[in-house]
Amino acid sequence: MTEPTGNVPAVGGLAPGAAAGGLVPSESAVTEQSAAPAVNAVADQVGEAAVVKSVAADRGALAMEAVELNKVFKLGRGATLQAVRNVSFNLYQGAVIALVGESGSGKSTVAKLLAGQERPTSGQVIVDGKPIDVRNTRSFRHYKSQVQYVFQDPFSSLNPVHTVGYDLTRPVKLHQPGVKDVPAAVIALLEQVRLTPAAQFVVKYPHELSGGQRQRVSFARALAAQPTVLLADEPVSMLDVSIRLEMLNLLDDLRTRLSLALLYITHDIASARYFADEVLVMYGGQIVERGPAEDVTQHPAHPYTQLLIASAPDPDNLGSSLRAGNVVVGPGGAIAGKAGNVGPAQVGCPFSNRCPLADDKCRRENPALQLLTPVRAAACWRLDVAASPVASGSI
Amino acid sequence: MAPILEIDDLSVAYRSEGGDVHAVEHVNLTLNAGEVVGLCGESGSGKSTLAYGATRLLRPPALITGGSVRYRGRRITQGGDPADILTMSHRELTRIRWREVAIVFQSAMNALNPVLRVQDQILDAITAHLKLPRHEAREKAATLLDLVGIPRDRLRAFPHELSGGMRQRVMIAMALASDPEVVIMDEPTTALDVVVQRDILAQIVELKETLGFSVLFITHDLSLLLELADRIAVMYAGRLLETGTASAIMRAPAHPYTQGLLHSFPSLHGPRRELVGIPGTPPDLRDTLSGCPFIPRCSHAVPACSEVDMSLAPPNGAGDGPDRPGLITAGNHLTACPIVTPEEVSQEGVLS
Repeated sequence: MTEPTGNVPAVGGLAPGAAAGGLVPSESAVTEQSAAPAVNAVADQVGEAAVVKSVAADRGALAMEAVELNKVFKLGRGATLQAVRNVSFNLYQGAVIALVGESGSGKSTVAKLLAGQERPTSGQVIVDGKPIDVRNTRSFRHYKSQVQYVFQDPFSSLNPVHTVGYDLTRPVKLHQPGVKDVPAAVIALLEQVRLTPAAQFVVKYPHELSGGQRQRVSFARALAAQPTVLLADEPVSMLDVSIRLEMLNLLDDLRTRLSLALLYITHDIASARYFADEVLVMYGGQIVERGPAEDVTQHPAHPYTQLLIASAPDPDNLGSSLRAGNVVVGPGGAIAGKAGNVGPAQVGCPFSNRCPLADDKCRRENPALQLLTPVRAAACWRLDVAASPVASGSI
Repeated sequence: MAPILEIDDLSVAYRSEGGDVHAVEHVNLTLNAGEVVGLCGESGSGKSTLAYGATRLLRPPALITGGSVRYRGRRITQGGDPADILTMSHRELTRIRWREVAIVFQSAMNALNPVLRVQDQILDAITAHLKLPRHEAREKAATLLDLVGIPRDRLRAFPHELSGGMRQRVMIAMALASDPEVVIMDEPTTALDVVVQRDILAQIVELKETLGFSVLFITHDLSLLLELADRIAVMYAGRLLETGTASAIMRAPAHPYTQGLLHSFPSLHGPRRELVGIPGTPPDLRDTLSGCPFIPRCSHAVPACSEVDMSLAPPNGAGDGPDRPGLITAGNHLTACPIVTPEEVSQEGVLS
């Protein structure tokens, strides 16, 4: 399972049409879902994706499964964009999974697929053993009460003409029909997100609140549905640094108390280290590395993760590589140059056009996730070089 | 190093029905030639107002209520007396703006005109401030793009055809159009992701080294400044709370607010530590604040804090002992807090 098979049919699938057309999945991939496809149904990644044991599983019961998700957007004039490719992971009660990547890496599309806002081109989202069905209104409403979404921008996600009370009363009435005393439930929600004194906030409009307070209202609105899964798409990136930590601590507290399964989407890998159990690193629509947060951030295996970590502002590194120029050196000896203005490569490994270790194979064939340890995996042909400290077991 | 821009006792207020909002209160800040000064503060702390006030770019209801701003650019003063930006005539001001002091505005997405090609916007900046024949101006625009690492063929691109990082580079290119001595950068990398952000910061440092301008870098992200800036000024509720070299601020933050900020961002290296953030929200700037504006959020607050006059002075216990030579030196590291002693943060980022 760890060995890349490099099988011929999969390589064949990468041939001209698929590569240029953005890898449109076949009919069969859309309709049938086999548990362990012998040949990759989408035929874009070479080798079978490794099955990784999530460290988050120790936290609690399985809450949600994303199985082999693919999303292809049609751009018009026959052009397509594969925003998400073969993304599989699980969310567990009381655990935080962080999805890390740059803008355009597909992390928000994954969240939209999980929330049912977009339909996957192939693959399934499974909650309680049942795949979601957006066509059945009743079951989809039930689904939405289980899975809630927190948006990035608290300045545009709250309607400016509605009070906080109105924003919270509606979901309470909709998702908790048994509740008699709705105002009391609203107050309780506000107290849960520590907007106190709660009675004072019920009558306020968004423009009367600070960014942090607004985002708390967003959290309260999501919690009003009493969800089991919370999808938080960059919940703190629009907030001031001094407030971010408070919000993360609040989220952390909520997931423990309510045993929420939390998907934390961010481009800030340092906060993922602080906050998450498992980190999934996305690049060019696919997961390029996953594993326990501490392992991935301290000993990144994939050259992209190494670049990401080397690029994060590091206050412990005074007068640093910034002054030495653009070159950053990863722990595996990988030297990634300028991000420049290049997007992910269309053929082969998506990172191959920026990767210092890329060779001909990388430019030709897209690697699937390979197991590094039972809880870690990375999608890279050059792991022997890039991840030597990880592979040799020196961590 | 010679001072090039001296902000002296500057105060700015926004007139409103509910009373004046004191956005900037008695701020002193000096930018030396060839230096990167980082101005750090949360939203609403007055950092942008300070920069725009110092360049007289504010419009009513903003009103400069006191202070002076002296500019000592070589081309303007020729070694003579500095020019006072706040009292000069509009003609003199036009000469200084962009040619001497240029600004990279926040959010390139909004600062670039979506219906004009990049070329036309850069040409606008060039022709408005330099008298150049058309073909020379075109050549200059292309050279500017080279300078910031964008291929020349993108001159004819519209802003929406460029990535966020490229748009920000175009903004930087425009600011450098007339070889300014001072470049004010207002959150130039806030909307970008870390890899692109690092690229752009490295480029700014490189351009600064080759072209020799000074930078006033405004951001809410202290962790960026610790790497980028020579000196850092921490602003809160319209006042400067602390100034010092990046290493002094990093290793021995003297104001409780700075100490809080340093404990607010998760670190990628070293042991995982418990992070607390800064509870509470900034004060309403309409109120007349007596003493330190940070009192409600400060865990060290004592009754004497409401008597503090908020002038900057060497930190309490400065120069203490031989165990921290050079870190805290009078005149270099200044704080508005006379109560708290600097907190030593060891190099591993763990509290000692």
